[in-house]
Parts: sequence; C-alpha cells; structure tokens
Amino acid sequence: MAEMIKVGMADLKLCISPNSITTLGLGSCVGVAIRDTANKVGGLAHVMLPDSKEIKNNSNIAKFADTGVEELVRQMEKAGALRSRMVAKIAGGAQMFAMQQNSALVKVGDRNVAAVKKKLAELKIPIRAEDTGLNYGRTVEFYPETGDYIIKAVGKPPKTI
Amino acid sequence: MAELDLNNVDDMYYDVLREIGNIGAGNAATALATMLNTKVDMTVPKVALVEFSEMGEAMGGEEQIMAGIYLSISGDITGSIMFLLEEKSAHDLVAKLMGTGASDFVEGQPFSEIEQSALSEIGNIIVGSYLNSLSMLTNLKIIESVPSLAVDMAEALLSVPAIEFGMVGDQMLLIQTSFSEDTELNGYFVLVPDLPSYSKLLKALGVMQ
Repeated sequence: MAEMIKVGMADLKLCISPNSITTLGLGSCVGVAIRDTANKVGGLAHVMLPDSKEIKNNSNIAKFADTGVEELVRQMEKAGALRSRMVAKIAGGAQMFAMQQNSALVKVGDRNVAAVKKKLAELKIPIRAEDTGLNYGRTVEFYPETGDYIIKAVGKPPKTI
Repeated sequence: MAELDLNNVDDMYYDVLREIGNIGAGNAATALATMLNTKVDMTVPKVALVEFSEMGEAMGGEEQIMAGIYLSISGDITGSIMFLLEEKSAHDLVAKLMGTGASDFVEGQPFSEIEQSALSEIGNIIVGSYLNSLSMLTNLKIIESVPSLAVDMAEALLSVPAIEFGMVGDQMLLIQTSFSEDTELNGYFVLVPDLPSYSKLLKALGVMQ
C-alpha cells in the first residue's frame, strides 16, 4: 500500500516509489522535488531561506536552499540514487504580500528560487519543470515513480508539471 | 547585552508576552466593538512558541484558508506583525461591517474588491490598537507601515513571518485570541520583533536588565 509522506516547513524527507511525498502551503518557501529516473528514489525539501552562510543560527540544514538541496541529494545517494540520473522540479517562491518592506524579506521568494537553481546547477541536476513566483500559496505532491509534481492552489484547478 | 535566545525563554518571558497579548488584544476588541457598534468579548490569549513544522496545525490545518493582514513596524522596535482571521470569521466580520447581514458562507469563496478593502481596514484597526497598547505599555515608539492583505492557506501566509523568525531560530511566537460577539471570531496575532527589539521590549517591561 503506497503512502503519502508529509514534509513540514524547513524540513526534508526521502521518498521511494510507490510512495508519494507532499508539503502543504508553500508560500515564499520553495519545494524542491528530486528523483532518480531509473530506480525511482526521490525526495522533497521545503526550504525557507536562500543562504545558510548569511545566518548565524544555521544548524537546521533543511531550512536553507544551499544546505537543504545538498543534504537531500546526499540522503538520496545513500539510499542508492545516482547523481547523474537525478532530475528536479521546483515550486513555490511566491511573494504573499504586496508590501514586504523588511529588507530581509524583499523578494525572498525570488531569492529562494534563484538559490535553489544555483545549487542544482552546481550539482549538475537538471530542472525539468517549475511553477514559481506570483503571489499565492501552493500545496505540492510528488510521485517519484512518474515524476509527476502536482500543484494545488486556492481557487485554482490542480495542475501537474 | 546578552543575546536573547528564543529557544531558551523561561516562564517569566511567557507571562510577559501573554500579558502583552492580553492587553493588546483587549484594546483590539474594544476597537472592534466600536467599529461594529456591539459588545465584543475576548478570551485570554494563548501564547506559544511553536515549531515551524507544527505551526499550520496549531491554526487548524496548514491548508485552512485564512485572511492575513501583514505590516512592518519601525521606530524604537523593528520587525513585523501579522493578524490572521479564519475565512468564515473574515466573511462574517465583513458582512457585519458592510451591513449586508450574514451571507451564506461557502468555503473558498473569494472576497470582492470592496470586501478586501473592508478587511484590510478591519485588520489595520485591530493591529493598530494592538500596537498602540504595546507602545503605551512600553513607552517605545512604534510606527506601522501600510497594511497588506492576502487570503490564502495558513501555512503559506505564515511562511512570511516564519522566514523572519527563521533567521534566528526554528520556532515562532504565536498569540491566539478569540473574539466573540454574536458569533465567535478566531484570530491570531503573530508578532515578529527582530532580536534586538525583543530585548528592548523586555527591558522596557522590566523583565530584563
């Protein structure tokens, strides 16, 4: 029986087919879904901030785009996935409020997306699809078996990327 | 000055924060009563330091649709504040304010433009009176920005203050208040002073040397 694994904010988890993995209500955070296309080992990271090096208290590595993506890939490799067969899909990085004046929050969604892309490029993991930016929250479900990444938002029909 | 660690706050800090929550929310209830021209009661607020991963659940589900009014604060303390209202409470309030009577509530029903501006105004008044009492209590100058409104999943709205808290820790301070007049309104305040402001606040309240 396949189950759906839940990932919280500033958290990451592995998911092996036929299971699926979800994170609810991504706002400015980014949901990074990665899978090995051959052995269907996958995982999802819910990152909040772009750069662990900008922050003093950075012990929770799942919280940051740079360390979070790195850790997810490390755990996937430990579970038998090969870097060369990995592909990624990303969602989130919205700007929830029109006015976010606090300097740390200016375009934090965009910066999260950019930081995730930079890290994935560094690790040579191609991005197959993305649904990022704009101004609304997203719930995502990822199926490592098919690579389907389902995006749900309030008042919009679900879509698969 | 010793840096305050939010993960190591003791009971006294909680008591003070609860008291801030109480007085602030009390003032907000009075403002709400004036606005609606009815009597508004308020429960004693619940104050909790919540793990990011448990935040949505603390508000009745990550995907619970809520109206969030967010504004940044400056002056003697800096940071931001968010007031969140459950979707149904938000619809009820708007209907009451606009005198349209209680409409049949449908989940996920969008707010019209005029309802949104009414909601913004409600949020502005509630948050304004909350901050006002905080300012009086601490004798600190607090200037608020123009409010910004979003209606979305609780977790998505909360990601904004969570990111601010995320820079100092993995938990967030949540002040839950229920107002009631004819129907119960469930509202939450999320106050996010930055770290130096926390110390300033607690000093002004005599809790910290």
